[in-house]
Amino acid sequence: MRGKQMTSSPRDEPLFHGGGVMEACDSSRVSLREFGCEQNLLSRPDGSASFIHGDTSVYAGVYGPAEVKVSKEIYDRATLEVLIQPKVGLPSVRERSQEQCVRETCEASLLLSLHPRSSLTLILQVLHDDGSLLSCFLNAACMALMDAGLPMSCLFCGVTCAIDADGQIITDPTAAQEKESRALMTFAIDSTQRNVLMSSTKGSFSVNELQQCIAVSQTASEKIFQFYRDSVQRRYSKTL
Amino acid sequence: MAAGFKTVEPLEYHRSFLKENCRPDGRELSEFRTTTLNIGSISTANGSALVKFGNTTVMCGIKAELANPTVETPGKGYIVPNVDLPPLCSSRFRPGPPGEQAQAASQFIADVIESSGVIQTEDLCIDRGKLCWVLYCDMMCLDYDGNLLDACIVALLAALKNTRLPEVTFNTETSAPEVNSEKRQGLCIRKHPVATSFCIFDDSILIVDPTAEEESLATAQLTVVTDEEDRLCSVHKPGGTSMSGQKLQECISRATARQREIQKLIDKVAHSVKMEQ
Repeated sequence: MRGKQMTSSPRDEPLFHGGGVMEACDSSRVSLREFGCEQNLLSRPDGSASFIHGDTSVYAGVYGPAEVKVSKEIYDRATLEVLIQPKVGLPSVRERSQEQCVRETCEASLLLSLHPRSSLTLILQVLHDDGSLLSCFLNAACMALMDAGLPMSCLFCGVTCAIDADGQIITDPTAAQEKESRALMTFAIDSTQRNVLMSSTKGSFSVNELQQCIAVSQTASEKIFQFYRDSVQRRYSKTL
Repeated sequence: MAAGFKTVEPLEYHRSFLKENCRPDGRELSEFRTTTLNIGSISTANGSALVKFGNTTVMCGIKAELANPTVETPGKGYIVPNVDLPPLCSSRFRPGPPGEQAQAASQFIADVIESSGVIQTEDLCIDRGKLCWVLYCDMMCLDYDGNLLDACIVALLAALKNTRLPEVTFNTETSAPEVNSEKRQGLCIRKHPVATSFCIFDDSILIVDPTAEEESLATAQLTVVTDEEDRLCSVHKPGGTSMSGQKLQECISRATARQREIQKLIDKVAHSVKMEQ
């Protein structure tokens, strides 16, 4: 089956209500760059997806469930391995720490106990980094896992927030905005309760700013989940 | 009998304790293990500290070297943190190149140093574009029983406080550094970041300062780093089960209280070291 591509411009879409939002959040602040996704675009992996946030672009491929190396075998669930390939050079310590974040987020949403003693491999290839890379990894990973048809308890999405020098919260910042920001936070939000699955931060910030950023991310996650839904719906509407 | 139960059903074993709001080692849910700190343990290093959280032992040594600043940042020195998990500390670590956990920990420490601004790298510059200090901060785990990140941050902070650098001037005529080992100065520590780690059991029960066994059974882990001004330097949750904003708030309050305790402890030990000299 050929892959289908769709893009959405979230700025024009109506805003959705954030479930369980702690802080009152001004929805007009939540603006994401145009994002796009294409599923099933590689022929060899069991599931694949590309995800684009503005100019940031990532390819994801999933292999599995397959045979696992004896040394990595876990008797009651599948072993998930995440590999992040940078655009140039070999993966470094930073990639290793991002791999850990993506892996543990996927482990929380996948029902790994349904495939005991098997291996799942998720490969993320950076095509271009223009900010919010970690959230793009998470979104690409989720779409690829969905494409592979692996059983999951919930979906997840990644949202990056930057706090600039004036204390304004910018969602989905570009690389230039990230550089100027005084704090940068990336959250993974789950689709069932809109709670925080993963959090990774840089820079210093107050407790209030953290709660505000979580609220903004929860609002932004609604748009991304709606995009997931539209994307999958459009893909299957022609085959079903 | 109890030992057999623990081996066969470790999760049930822990649950039966947590139901009663206590833990197998007799601690309450929000209680830390005894923290022991020794400053200046290695006399040959520029700064050093040894930290124990119960059984977990982390040694931090700081070595200062002179180097040329990078072309992009001529007015800054640099700090190179490294966390080592040798096979000595636990059976889960194998010899060879550092594993994922050691690399992720090193990256976390580097991020905390940068985010908190514990040391301004400008302070490490001796002569702009010509000479600067490089601080190699090596954290070696001697005994791994959980909560590595907290122990590493305490060891690092204590070792940085203990670091004494000789006075160095840059001779422009010979373009060579001149070291005066007689005159030594401490580093300017601007912030006191302290990490507090939590584990979530069964998606709901929050425990603080987990042991290695609790870490492996928990469904999620969280590390909060705060400084003395109650600003957050890092909220690191690599994944696991989701967490509500309210739970997070509880963790932050506990982390703030912990920051006070640890800062007091470091100051006390640093003071007693100074009295001895």
